[in-house]
Amino acid sequence: MNKPGFTMLSTSGILGYGFAEESLRIGMSRNPQVIGCDGGSTDPGPHYLGAGTSFCSRLSVKRDLRLMLQAAVAARIPCIIGTSGGAGGEPHLQDTAALVREIAREEGLSFPMALIHAEPDRALLFRRVAQGRVKALAKLPPLDHATIDRATRIVGMMGPEPIARALDQGAQVVLAGRSSDPAQWVAPAMRAGLPAAPSWYAGKMLECGAEPTTPKEPDCLLVTVHPDHLVCEPPNPIRRCTPLSVANFALHENSSPIHHVEPGGLLDTAEVRFEAVTDRAVRISGMRWTPVETYTVKLEGVELAGYRAITLCATRDPGLIAQVDDYLATHRVKVAAKAADFGVPASSWRMAIRTIGRDAVMGAREPQQGTTAHELGFVVEVLAETQEVANAVLAMARTSLLHADFHGRLCKEGNMAFPFSPSDIALGPLYRFSVFHTVAPDDPYEMFPIEHERVG
Amino acid sequence: MARLRDVAQICKSKNAGPFMLTIDVLFEDPAVYAAVKATGALHAGLFARLYQVAEADVLFTPYDAALAFKATLPRLVPAGDFGDTDVYGAQQHAPLLDAEIPL
Repeated sequence: MNKPGFTMLSTSGILGYGFAEESLRIGMSRNPQVIGCDGGSTDPGPHYLGAGTSFCSRLSVKRDLRLMLQAAVAARIPCIIGTSGGAGGEPHLQDTAALVREIAREEGLSFPMALIHAEPDRALLFRRVAQGRVKALAKLPPLDHATIDRATRIVGMMGPEPIARALDQGAQVVLAGRSSDPAQWVAPAMRAGLPAAPSWYAGKMLECGAEPTTPKEPDCLLVTVHPDHLVCEPPNPIRRCTPLSVANFALHENSSPIHHVEPGGLLDTAEVRFEAVTDRAVRISGMRWTPVETYTVKLEGVELAGYRAITLCATRDPGLIAQVDDYLATHRVKVAAKAADFGVPASSWRMAIRTIGRDAVMGAREPQQGTTAHELGFVVEVLAETQEVANAVLAMARTSLLHADFHGRLCKEGNMAFPFSPSDIALGPLYRFSVFHTVAPDDPYEMFPIEHERVG
Repeated sequence: MARLRDVAQICKSKNAGPFMLTIDVLFEDPAVYAAVKATGALHAGLFARLYQVAEADVLFTPYDAALAFKATLPRLVPAGDFGDTDVYGAQQHAPLLDAEIPL
């Protein structure tokens, strides 16, 4: 506690989620040796990896990045962005780099920057599959040639090594493609000579900004790493780290609370201790790191599964609500018949209707039967091989929901309230996760080429 | 008899990757955590029943260091795939709130 340690400042949960400017100011006054933010993950779903777009807006990302770059340049410390652009693929990385260059121009900033690419060469993946060095996760089938060919985009999740190398080679701003969430923090901490165990744990605490604090909202977090422990404390005086708030975050998005499989090793947290050092700082100790013999990199990929259209509507009719299951079953048959009339067989599309007020959140896992709601909302989703067919079937589904007759119907002009004109939304391509595997590379760098440039 | 929502400080769900859902229950008071743990009311079988999955598909871990229980199980639909209802998996905790804890 009394030795200085290695201090890192994470600005927010995700780049673009925002943070209080005052938090950054207070955070920087504590002289952190690195500042950074995670750019994303698979969490917002497969779409963004497939489409090459971000789930955060350009405006909000630019605001966060501008403040971070100004702070890093003024303090002459590295600024590291993990999983750039939300999904860490090539378009995500390039969009983030373009934003950084734009900000540097506008603000007259100058620094060496590194881009670390994370879309592995397909030929390399074919070779690793053939060599038996690719293993499936989450009970997926083994990775084969056809699945790789079908994938719209595949990223590898880098560990800390390529990020550390980019820093070694002189980069001050590092934009990493897809990276393991803690990696961007492990790299600078281990370069400073700290052991793997507290460095990885620090990375886990920093990966979502102020999430280990209470009240828990997107904001900044300071972590100071020492050889056998780390200390978490939020710069914003309205927040506190408590043993409960830190323990809560320690469980975040992991399958096991005790064994964390990372590239290059296993972080064992069975014996971790959370101790309050002040009423707003928590000391964490007792973590262990076991290196593994075979270094592995996780692969994430998505493939196109068709095109979707959706519509939103709601009913306030008690007669319909009382027989909603029958109504929807009949509706499905009617839509199928009408679609067949215009030449679209039932085998070429799928429809899912979520009934808000009954089971729209949990679907088939909803334990509560029936509904006591006085109104029900409907989210109608149609999936087909082309956008044209999805739009056509969805339009028929919408009309049929509005106008179909039912037993005892009084609302003869229409059964649904549609809040919008246009009522139908073409959602575009549906991507689904098709690659979720690990690969054993020759070394931690082979899938992640580093490119340096001088900005400004 | 208490319900989980009356004795736990945190009860939440989230994705653990696109194919798995993870559910956490945390306590602030070590004595309450120990008492709940001693009842044995939280176990893999409970989660299997509440979420309609095979018990073998539930990874259930009491985690003393955090005064917490964690259960990880397959999602109904992979995140963001056709028919998914909860891309982040953040609203799948409710059935657990009424779990009975014989304290």
